[in-house]
Amino acid sequence: MLQQYSGLGIYLIAAIIFPFIIVFVALILGPKRPNPEKLTTYECGLDTQGPTWVQFKINYFLYALVFVVFDVETVFLYPWAVKFQALGLFAFIEMIIFIAILVIGLWYAWKEGALEWM
Amino acid sequence: MDNIFINIAGWIRDFIAGFGLSEGLVYLAMVLVKFVAVLVFVLLNVVFLVYMERRVAGFFQERLGPNRVGPQGIFQLVMDILKLLSKEDIVPAGADKLVYKTAAYVIFVPTMLVYMVIPFGKGMNVIDLNMGLFYILAVSSLTTLIIFMAGWGSRNKYSLIGGMRAVAQMVSYEIPFVFSFLGVIMLTGSLKLSTIVEAQQDVWFIVLQPIAFIIFLIAGNAEINRGPFDLPEGEQELVAGYHTEYTAGRFAMFYMAEYANLLAMAAIGTTVFLGGWHGPWLPGWLWFFIKMYILVFGQMWVRWTFPRIRIDHMMHFNWKVLLPISLANILVTGIGIKAYEMLRTMGWW
Repeated sequence: MLQQYSGLGIYLIAAIIFPFIIVFVALILGPKRPNPEKLTTYECGLDTQGPTWVQFKINYFLYALVFVVFDVETVFLYPWAVKFQALGLFAFIEMIIFIAILVIGLWYAWKEGALEWM
Repeated sequence: MDNIFINIAGWIRDFIAGFGLSEGLVYLAMVLVKFVAVLVFVLLNVVFLVYMERRVAGFFQERLGPNRVGPQGIFQLVMDILKLLSKEDIVPAGADKLVYKTAAYVIFVPTMLVYMVIPFGKGMNVIDLNMGLFYILAVSSLTTLIIFMAGWGSRNKYSLIGGMRAVAQMVSYEIPFVFSFLGVIMLTGSLKLSTIVEAQQDVWFIVLQPIAFIIFLIAGNAEINRGPFDLPEGEQELVAGYHTEYTAGRFAMFYMAEYANLLAMAAIGTTVFLGGWHGPWLPGWLWFFIKMYILVFGQMWVRWTFPRIRIDHMMHFNWKVLLPISLANILVTGIGIKAYEMLRTMGWW
């Protein structure tokens, strides 16, 4: 068990090193002739207007909130699904209640218009 | 033939053990060797997939695609690599340099981590984690964050919109994607990928879980920003979305990650739904490869057949269609398993 995760660590380190090699090779092979024009932001040839990091649409945030609810749910659902056949009828009904609560949550978000893209 | 790669791995293992290293160190060294093997496999496939995609797209649109360099244009892939590596590396003056650079370095990492647990054949995986499927989901969702880093760090309006869209889309479609595996896990009672494949000895899970498979295909396609779900990139409106500002090696990383993700998605689908290495006559790893490429071809087909969908349609479809269906699928699977058990105990099956 511990051996497997130390293997995962080695694998992760190797996977992080590899992109550096590619980018490094590209840096060596490619030309380096920077000039101010070239380093401007590419927005279809027009000069960029105003700040980029501005306030954004609230919808993205609402979806993220609903996502968090359901993603936490999956953390509970996965162990339950693994042991589903061993747990018997009680756990099954328990989980139906759990999902029903979430469905009510989804229904509420739906009703309140959090799922509408405006 | 079936054990050819396992035998090679065995020889390398014996060779390394010959240096008198301890058991643990040999294991770690073997992980590195397997990492290199997986990396080479992924890179070769990615390069081929780029060529295949352009060629397939060409045929779908009644044109030829690349056909000049070498027979059938097969050497186009070499030229692509050379071109990508010999371009100037540009970091825009306005960019948030740390975030911008980090994103390019780490975009390929989650994909490689996914390949770690995929069983390419019987006993042919790097590490057979006993929570393999959960690990895949945990790791692959990191891509969302990295894409947003790229979109934010570029300080380009198109990139930022692309990044925002990518987050909204990938986060939303992750839920049906995750739920689509639950039925399979309920049937096998294990998250270990090799166990899941072995459980499909007689019946592939695509037969028992057809709806889950369709949900997986749609949500998986959205997760890797392809097909009709390529809003974060949207060439015609956002130039290239989150990787507009990237060039040379850094762009190569994004491009490779995109195709490696495509292949990873096909590999996950093969493992979980299409019976992995099971199949008659041919060796197991070849079956895995064939099934994987059938899924890849299907995804290319979808990409070049359907037009890009609008963002509100995409969100509606996910939250109001896919999510209820995937929840119902879990419920139906649960009831089905319980009913089957009951019939068996009563002796009617």
